[in-house]
Amino acid sequence: MPAAMETNQGRTMVLEAYADTILPGEKRWPGDRAVAGVSSGGGAVAAGALLVLRSVEGGMAPALDALADGIEEHARAYAAETEIELDPEVPAFVSLDYPDRIRLVQRLTDPTHPEREAWISLAMFSVIAFDAAAHSNTVEALAAGHVGLNIIGFRPPDSDGLWRFDTYSYGRQLAQPHPDTTPSGSPA
Amino acid sequence: MTSSESTDVLVIGSGFGGAITAYHLAAGGARVVVLERGPWLSGEDFEHDFKFGSSSTRVFDFVIGDGMSVLSGNCVGGGSVVYFAAMPRAPRFVFERQGSIGRRMWPTTISRDTLEPWYDRVAEALPITQTSWESVPYSGGLFGAACDHAGRTANPVPAALDQAKCTNCNWMMAGCRFDAKRSLLLNYLPAALAHGAQIRPLHEVQHLTRTDDGGYRVHYTVLDDVDYRVEVGSGTIDAKIVVLAAGAGATPVILQRSEPTLGPMPHAVGRYFSGNGERLNTAIFDEERIRDVLGLSRPDGVPYEAYQIGKGPCVATWDRLDGSLPEYERYSLEQLYFPPGFGTILAQVPDALGPTWFGAEKKELLRSWQSWLTIFTMSEDDNEGVFGPPPPSGNAMRLSQQMLARGALRYEPTENTLRGWALSDAEVRDILERDGLSRVMPWTNDVVGAYTVHPLASCRIGDDPATSALDDRHELRDHPGIFVTDGSAVPGGLTVNPAMTIAALAERAVPGIVAAARARGVDVRYGAPAPDGGTSSRDAVLPLVRGALQR
Repeated sequence: MPAAMETNQGRTMVLEAYADTILPGEKRWPGDRAVAGVSSGGGAVAAGALLVLRSVEGGMAPALDALADGIEEHARAYAAETEIELDPEVPAFVSLDYPDRIRLVQRLTDPTHPEREAWISLAMFSVIAFDAAAHSNTVEALAAGHVGLNIIGFRPPDSDGLWRFDTYSYGRQLAQPHPDTTPSGSPA
Repeated sequence: MTSSESTDVLVIGSGFGGAITAYHLAAGGARVVVLERGPWLSGEDFEHDFKFGSSSTRVFDFVIGDGMSVLSGNCVGGGSVVYFAAMPRAPRFVFERQGSIGRRMWPTTISRDTLEPWYDRVAEALPITQTSWESVPYSGGLFGAACDHAGRTANPVPAALDQAKCTNCNWMMAGCRFDAKRSLLLNYLPAALAHGAQIRPLHEVQHLTRTDDGGYRVHYTVLDDVDYRVEVGSGTIDAKIVVLAAGAGATPVILQRSEPTLGPMPHAVGRYFSGNGERLNTAIFDEERIRDVLGLSRPDGVPYEAYQIGKGPCVATWDRLDGSLPEYERYSLEQLYFPPGFGTILAQVPDALGPTWFGAEKKELLRSWQSWLTIFTMSEDDNEGVFGPPPPSGNAMRLSQQMLARGALRYEPTENTLRGWALSDAEVRDILERDGLSRVMPWTNDVVGAYTVHPLASCRIGDDPATSALDDRHELRDHPGIFVTDGSAVPGGLTVNPAMTIAALAERAVPGIVAAARARGVDVRYGAPAPDGGTSSRDAVLPLVRGALQR
């Protein structure tokens, strides 16, 4: 195993790169290797994907080291197959550029891949971090400018932390009802 | 010998099938205990929060299967706490369906006409009201206007909702904070408690055995209230009658696990599962086209940007609920909201150059989330779901503390089901892409399979013992004294939201359960009014049930 993978930092980079492949973001700093930097604004990593993956509630934490190692194994095999020269300074998956990360994740999550459920799970937690901030109270996440909730345009609550929309309807009939509607309002 | 508690009637599950039967049996004089595997939350317990561990994950189960994933309630009140409260009655043709068995799937005693008085009981009890266009949120209005523009009709959907209390917060999948949703927590369940029924949350039934007196012993474990993977206790209760209403994803699993002790189960236990033919499409709207083509504008001048606002599904088009069309080609289309997370991962990018459900293009799609509209197809599937061997406990292997689990359901859609989905996809596109209003893509089935929020038919009623697990009184064949009253009893897809039909069937089943309990020496009578004391629908059914009660 390359030296880069022998540390927790290496595994973290792999998981970050995977989450960033699912919903990409901009690099967090100029030399950021895990985040490919193919999208403006934060992505799943900035949204807290690692926090969601490591949460006690989510149940993924005990499997993360094995999953990171599994991604590495697949990345090395992919690189060998496609004759990509890997950078020994970083984990193999991190060494791949974004299009190759995409191709590998497509392969891992394909309906025919025997390990697909594990890779789908990683993707699901990445998405939940981005647009639901599942590691954080939603009101607090919004107040802190959570990148995913911000990007989807999730509206903030009232001052008591509850959502209410006083203005919500076009307020007029916009279609004709089905002619066979019964008096109870159901289909006949 | 282990001592066991005893009761007259043991009800497993507290959703529509459990709450309705528990109420009537308790009100009629029976001793009733309800075991519910989920927690007991109400009112201010229901949070506006996506955080793991908040009510949104405490009350919900998401079970991934092989080809089908199932969302369902996991709390006192069951599906009624987490659902969107759309309560249409099933169209007449549904009861004449043959499905894959070459004969009418429903018992001959049940039709839309014969079920109507039982629908009325539910409508009075919850109650259910019609939705006015003035209370339809922007998303429903947009769908209605697009239907009208495309020459279709569209109806506001009847709902178990108190419009005056509703804030259109769209948090109703986490439970209604404002008691606007008329869940079972506000009617049948408090009425059952008032008549002495006991409800025990976090009690997960594992299997049944027989007692010497012809009754049943129900074996349960008690679950930790945070980490549902952890068992903190166990016990048994003996009952003369068992009402099984754990939901279509759990009822057959309990029976499968009981087979070594109870003896062979009917062939249809754990087979003929239907996902109600459900299918989702997401439309990404062009705000300017909404204004220019449909003439819609909010008071602030914005055409729409209001996916977040509302109360689930409010408007449906029923043009394809036409009994003269061939089976498998009939469906309703309903405007729907899904919260972020589950509601986004399966949405696909139109015209994607790369992957459709993740990647840079998917992130771009999320930037216009407020201009999304989700359209829900409910069609006629082919009852192709089959449950594999039961897991060691519960109905699935829990992966997370709450909500996420892996189940044994296998579902491989047949050509019939796929044809219905393809027709409905094309119809959604025809309505919503017209004149450049939006771009539409169906949710992918390649991530967690197909997806249903309305699991049905895994332990169904029918006249044919080879293809139905229950007789038309909902009693389990060859196992007298066990009744099944939840969505698993419904024979097949309904083409509309099924809660109203599940509830009506449970109401209809009660007189037969009362008769069976009386035959076993329980002093119980049928005839309770609606939970709030209303009597009109009760008085209408009393003449219908004399025969059943005299058996």
